[in-house]
Amino acid sequence: MENNASSTSTKSPAPKGEIWVWFTSLGLVLGLAMVLFLFGLILMRGFSFFWPVPVVQLELKEDSESVFRGNTSFAGVIASTQERSLQEIAVEEEILLEEEEEVEADGILGQALQTISEYRVFVGSRDRYGQSFRYFRHNDILERSFPEDIIRAERRVEGDAFFFPQRIQFQDGSEVTREDAIFEDELDRVVKEARSRRSQINRIDRREIGPINLEIRQLTMDLRYLNRIERSEGELTEAQQAERERLTGRIAKLNEQFELLRDQADELRETNQSIRVFYEYADGTNGQIAIGDLFRFYYPNRLGFLQRVQVAGIQFWEFVSGYPREANMSGGIFPAIFGTFVMTLIMSIAVTPFGVITAIYLREYAVQGPLVRAVRIAINNLAGVPSIVFGVFGLGFFVYIMGGTIDSLFFSQAQELGTPTFGTGGILWAGLTLALLNLPVVIVATEESISAVPRGVREGSLACGASKWQTIQRLVIPASLPGILTGMILAMARGAGEVAPLMLVGVVALAPNLPVDGTFPFVHLERKFMHLGFHIYDVGFQSPDSEAAIPTVFATTLILIALIVVLNLSAILLRNHIRKKHKGSAF
Amino acid sequence: MNDSTETLQQTPEITRKEMDNPDKTDFRQDYISFRNYNFYYGATQVLFEVNLDIPERQVTALIGPSGCGKSTLLRNINRMNDLVDGIRHEGELLIDGTSAYDPTVEVISLRKRIGMVFQKSNPFAKSIYENVVYGLRVAGRKKKSTLDEAVETSLRRAALWDEVKDRLGESAFGLSGGQMQRLCIARAIANNPEIILMDEPCSALDPVATGKIEDLIHDLKKEYTIVIVTHNMQQAARVSDRTAFFYLGKLIEYDETEKMFMNPAQKQTEDYVRGRFG
Ligand SMILES: Nc1ncnc2c1ncn2[C@@H]1O[C@H](COP(=O)(O)OP(=O)(O)OP(=O)(O)O)[C@@H](O)[C@H]1O
Ligand SMILES: [Mg+2]
Repeated sequence: MENNASSTSTKSPAPKGEIWVWFTSLGLVLGLAMVLFLFGLILMRGFSFFWPVPVVQLELKEDSESVFRGNTSFAGVIASTQERSLQEIAVEEEILLEEEEEVEADGILGQALQTISEYRVFVGSRDRYGQSFRYFRHNDILERSFPEDIIRAERRVEGDAFFFPQRIQFQDGSEVTREDAIFEDELDRVVKEARSRRSQINRIDRREIGPINLEIRQLTMDLRYLNRIERSEGELTEAQQAERERLTGRIAKLNEQFELLRDQADELRETNQSIRVFYEYADGTNGQIAIGDLFRFYYPNRLGFLQRVQVAGIQFWEFVSGYPREANMSGGIFPAIFGTFVMTLIMSIAVTPFGVITAIYLREYAVQGPLVRAVRIAINNLAGVPSIVFGVFGLGFFVYIMGGTIDSLFFSQAQELGTPTFGTGGILWAGLTLALLNLPVVIVATEESISAVPRGVREGSLACGASKWQTIQRLVIPASLPGILTGMILAMARGAGEVAPLMLVGVVALAPNLPVDGTFPFVHLERKFMHLGFHIYDVGFQSPDSEAAIPTVFATTLILIALIVVLNLSAILLRNHIRKKHKGSAF
Repeated sequence: MNDSTETLQQTPEITRKEMDNPDKTDFRQDYISFRNYNFYYGATQVLFEVNLDIPERQVTALIGPSGCGKSTLLRNINRMNDLVDGIRHEGELLIDGTSAYDPTVEVISLRKRIGMVFQKSNPFAKSIYENVVYGLRVAGRKKKSTLDEAVETSLRRAALWDEVKDRLGESAFGLSGGQMQRLCIARAIANNPEIILMDEPCSALDPVATGKIEDLIHDLKKEYTIVIVTHNMQQAARVSDRTAFFYLGKLIEYDETEKMFMNPAQKQTEDYVRGRFG
């Protein structure tokens, strides 16, 4: 019916205000274009982080600007081609080198319009070149080639490197050189073996030594506590002395176990260090690396399309499932993904019941008057408070007051020794702070959906002899579930991406342990945690080589968005499922 | 839609019900009794000095032009108007001899004795089964056999059993409009009430569904006291034993339905039932 009406109205000559339709749609188009551009950029740059690209070898003219420390030959991945004016370069170099050289003013002005084009190349090997990226002017390049045998190596430290492997030296001094037919297979094999040794070491470190360490730390703390009592009281009671003996004995035994395991791990480490790969850089200089430091490698110039997909898949998997290394510069981001997920979950679990109960009271029980109106305005304004303010509140209220109280009640020993348990930032407090931040969203969404429950349904229920609470519980809440979930979805989308308040209440750049793991009591809500949003900040803006970190930042952003989408999608699916059940209730 | 029945079923069948209910003298004549009843929404008075005795186990129809207070009167009986802010009443409302507004009367137990069917059918977003037993569940009944039995008897009485017995677990929203309304009637009678209030129960239904519900009302009055609001004169004539005509919040005339339609005492009533009214 409405459609008919509007189609007839468009036929009428030049309806008033029609031009605004174009304006409004222009707004939509602009908005969509910006969103699509942003998503496209993140998708493209995020995925290109994992995609193996060919490695180019550049031969430079002797004595040209691009030559670095006498090296005229470089291998790397071309990141971009760019134009820079000479003036820019001069200014930059001045800042970089702090040279006091007198540059003729006329000269600069004359050259200002003259631009040169250059390649920005990821050359890796931070240990050798200082920075991961170098610039090569087009004019300085003599020759370009794509050598077959070059490998891109992911190393434990100092990022990736490009080189030509020459020989493998085993523990007993025997060698396999590249002239041997089995060389490449051997290289594959030793790297794989090293990897399995490394995961063994990891298992020993994390699963076996970790709990022992934890227990030793706990017992040492108890022991220190007893020692303190002795110092202040002069003497210990019989029971306390016995306790001290027990503690000392247990610690000694644990230390024994610890040393045994450590020896095992050391042996594995030693093996990994004693097998070495010798290689040559593009310019012919030699280098070597212990097999334990060579995590993974591939031949970038030999890969077919499917192999590239495979390598990309492996790198993606390592990124999302691995632990970070080198101050988050390399390795994976699993702890950050997991921390974000758990924190968002805690937030949702906290905010939903709280918000729903508040909304029910406001809508169903509170006497509608100036007071309730004031409360509503306050709630709406709460949504506009800068999130950092919530962070400060969380720090003061949750961490210091609540956490401090919990500590003095249950963890007084640790507190006295200056190692707070709950009295310091942690994932629980972060989740609760964000829950508070998103409370208005849930309240407003719930209130709206409660008031959308048809009057007829309430009256029907009351007419059956139901009390008000029974009506709310059996009909109103189920009918408003989709709206409640909408509120939760909005809260999750906002909460998962929020960073500023978290920096005050428990997020860290590098957390030693996950908030959920295999040690009793399995869920450690007091632990500090990593977060994708903070990870982006840390890697992108706090790391020593931020240029090299840009791809990581894009990849991390991609994962963060993907995580939010997955969380939201599951909530939306749940909502649609519920909605289907209630379909027709509003006819 | 509302009055489509008129075109199909032109002749009122006043005679039929007299044969069915020959004797009702041993039932209370003032089962629901309004005494000098005034009712206000805030400052506006809606009912004026209403004196009305509704007899037990009969069908009483309330008619009158829109806005004259029929629904308000009906909703006073089960105190549904308590939900509205700023309401006030004067005078007395007795149900089976006790005041509905007596402080000792609990509104919930009052409502359990009074079923209500609304103009717009309002099934809950639950299965057909759960809709019928809703009143029993909120009353704390849990025994499966009791509930099963209540479902079957109520649905049978609401003439819906045969149509839905194979899909009791399905959502009530899958029913047709007429079926939904009968489901609401089944829900109202599952509590085994004494009174059933109906506020224009057929206004959204087609003639066939309306006919079914009218037959149902006819059957139900053997056990229940029924008060029905209707805009359809034929319907009032067909289903009710007594009819009350309201105008601007005042009870103008109240008598045997037959008399009200054939030979009303008031000119206003005559004009209204003859359709010569605004
Ligand atoms: N909640 C309310 N608040 C204030 N006034 C109301 C309210 N409900 C009804 N009224 C007023 O009371 C008067 C009687 O309304 P009521 O609903 O009882 O009429 P009705 O006879 O049922 O009319 P209809 O046949 O159209 O349903 C009307 O003037 C109406 O505007
Ligand atoms: Mg009405």
